[in-house]
Amino acid sequence: MEESFINELKTIVGEQYTLTDRESLAVYGYDSTPELESLPGAVLLPGSTEEVARIMRLCHGAGVCVTPRGSGTNLSGGSLSAGGVVVQTSRLNRLLEIDEENLTATVEPGLITSALHREVEARGLFYPPDPGSMNISTMGGNVAENSGGLRGLKYGVTADYVMGLETILADGDLLRTGGKVVKDVAGYSLNPLLVSSEGTLGFFTGITVKLIPKPQTKTTMLAHFPVLQDAAMAVSAIIAAKVIPATLEFLDKVTIKCVEDYAHVGLPLNVDAVLLIEVDGHPAVVAEEAASVAEICKKYRCSFFQTAQNPAEALKLTEARRTALSALARLKPTTILEDATVPRSCIAAMLKVIQDSAKKYDVTIGTFGHAGDGNLHPTCLTDERDQDEIKRAHAAFAEIFDAAIAMGGTITGEHGVGLAKKKYLPKLVGESGIRVMRGIKNAFDPKGILNPGKIF
Amino acid sequence: MDYVKLINCMRCGMCLPACPTYKETFLETASPRGRVALVRKVQEGQLDQSERLLEYLSLCLDCQACASACPCGVNAGELVAEFTCERKSESGLGFMEDLILRKLVPHPDRLEASMAPMRAYQRTGLQKLVRKLGILKMFPKQLERMEGLLPDLPARPLRQEIREVTPAVGTERGTVGFFLGCVMSLIFSDASRATIQLLSALGYKVITPKNQVCCGAPNMLGGDLEGLKEAARTNVDLFGGHEVDFIVTDCGGCGAELKKYGHHLEGDVPATEFSSKVRDISQVLALHAEELFPLLKPLDLRVTYHDPCHIAHCQGIRKEPRDLLKLIPGLQYTELNEADACCGSAGTYNIERPEMSDRILKRKLDNIRASGAQVLVTSNPGCLLQLKKGLAEHLPQVRIMHLTELLAMSMQL
Repeated sequence: MEESFINELKTIVGEQYTLTDRESLAVYGYDSTPELESLPGAVLLPGSTEEVARIMRLCHGAGVCVTPRGSGTNLSGGSLSAGGVVVQTSRLNRLLEIDEENLTATVEPGLITSALHREVEARGLFYPPDPGSMNISTMGGNVAENSGGLRGLKYGVTADYVMGLETILADGDLLRTGGKVVKDVAGYSLNPLLVSSEGTLGFFTGITVKLIPKPQTKTTMLAHFPVLQDAAMAVSAIIAAKVIPATLEFLDKVTIKCVEDYAHVGLPLNVDAVLLIEVDGHPAVVAEEAASVAEICKKYRCSFFQTAQNPAEALKLTEARRTALSALARLKPTTILEDATVPRSCIAAMLKVIQDSAKKYDVTIGTFGHAGDGNLHPTCLTDERDQDEIKRAHAAFAEIFDAAIAMGGTITGEHGVGLAKKKYLPKLVGESGIRVMRGIKNAFDPKGILNPGKIF
Repeated sequence: MDYVKLINCMRCGMCLPACPTYKETFLETASPRGRVALVRKVQEGQLDQSERLLEYLSLCLDCQACASACPCGVNAGELVAEFTCERKSESGLGFMEDLILRKLVPHPDRLEASMAPMRAYQRTGLQKLVRKLGILKMFPKQLERMEGLLPDLPARPLRQEIREVTPAVGTERGTVGFFLGCVMSLIFSDASRATIQLLSALGYKVITPKNQVCCGAPNMLGGDLEGLKEAARTNVDLFGGHEVDFIVTDCGGCGAELKKYGHHLEGDVPATEFSSKVRDISQVLALHAEELFPLLKPLDLRVTYHDPCHIAHCQGIRKEPRDLLKLIPGLQYTELNEADACCGSAGTYNIERPEMSDRILKRKLDNIRASGAQVLVTSNPGCLLQLKKGLAEHLPQVRIMHLTELLAMSMQL
């Protein structure tokens, strides 16, 4: 990157917030995606919307690429830049407003997701999206990736809560979409388009999200199933009984063994599946729903069922699920976490595909995830130094993605396409899908400077 | 350095919200994940060991909050400390390091003698005069900070006063060896005296070997691996000569280091046995909560607890100190927000990186203020020094005490 250009960047954000030394560039060359790295040319930490607009204008004029970055916990390589400018949102982290009359919160993109949770919950309100990285993920990143989480089944994902956006476009102009109104049919709905655009259409500087009343109570339950098929049928039966749990999580046999070896939480090794179920809402409804869940699990031959009697017990029951990733990640140096998603009626079939692929390619895959919404996390435990095994792991995942598409599912439920899933996207959306997406990209960013090379 | 430990980091970022320096800067270079990446890139030859790189790494407090947060068991703090220690030992000890780490720290007599002028400095009223006249402004900043951290010193170090054997009160239930930390003995002797009294009151015969030496933690910090091993050898041999059930310490930093002797003297059976017997005082007291409870008299105080990094993150002890505080009748316990976040003391960090240390301390003091506590309890001399000074300057109404001091107060010992 030319020195004169870097000097211009410095005049915008200040020398202190312009990083160009080798060491800094090296550590901004990764995010949470395994195996991917690429060096940016500079890293900027702007302190205002105006600065973001000036950065965009300058880069647009010079034809320099810009990649937005929150905390760098992206799981598809979306926050990596090859030689361009990385713009980190950390200094734009204010919670601007909680509007209790309209039930909205307006935030800057760098605000940490769990910080928003804390603030709204203190007022008896609720912002449901809870991605696994919520203690460090940013709201801007959540919007750009349309992040999901454990509560997706009942409460939906980030897109279901975004009401208004303030976006700096590629040329530095400001675009406002939506707002605090519940109904709005004026022109194309641009919000859903911008949500999950993975930084390729614009740079969010303001986000208004919908809030809902905080559920009054919740009940946590845990069930063990000796037979996988029974667990899958129990999941379907719970939904069929018109109970929508806030959380309906699943651990497979490989994960159960890892969790037990590592954390000794008292899981039996002879079961095929563990379900963690939480129902929330009005106390009377919660009691009724918990009773139905218990009855259904018993009907489908669970070998163990426990309902937490207090918050401490609830915490204990959720321990196995909470330690799932840690337990798996400790086994081998490299952990490849995927998020293939299928209609929930296909969960049992999908698990079979995962097991068969793991066996066929001789790799270890533990699966846990959001059984209720069909979003599974097959997690391959491998070692980046073993190139042969890495190749086999990718081959297994290619098969798993093909199967997900065949079942009417998707290659990614919540991690995004980024660089990592690019080659699978055409299979899912077809030529016409890619053509329409390219058209949209061109309309927003004809020079192609915003997070280039991602998605397609 | 074990390369596998570096590649075990999957860069998930779970460590970022736990890291005090990341929370202050939001810079990847100031994060555990970033530090592991920097060390890894040096090992892989992709980055040189530049001054700037070492400067970035030196911002690490080694508080190991990242280790508590890491899903895959990577200890970024320890990896950085190991890397820095190796670099320092390659370049050999400087004159000052040699003087302090080899000629002073391993010799309790010399260490104690070196404090005598400081004690005289306080007792003759010279300190008051110096502070009043602002003479320290003429000296390097570091000296001024060091002087400011120094609380009132006890008349004599505890090591010189304490008997080698303190008998059990009543029926003897067992014997413990007491590891008396240097700073505890030199500065916080009241707390360690309380520790010995508590153990004795609970029926333990307490052996405090006079010839014990510094645990070696300063050697690790200064890049003196040999000195560290020597200290470990001396203490392992010394305590090995006594039949004890536990080796107890009331210094979080010493406890964390003593528990690693088995690792430092790899393959040495007595060292492993020594480390397996080491307990923080709160662990031993919590074993006897039932017997302790009837001895406690009511204290009408609002109390909160700061987790020393060396106790919470390095030793995984969080529950015991809280349970003990809650045993005291009448005491109102309030949990401190971000209780297990570093206070910015971190060995000599508060002298070497004053600006960052002050920012971290400020956050801690804000949380203490919000807790509404009258007494702040903690159990590590580094934290006691740092927080004592911070409280005196910004929250003089809050008193700071070591855990055993408050328990002894409740027992009216």
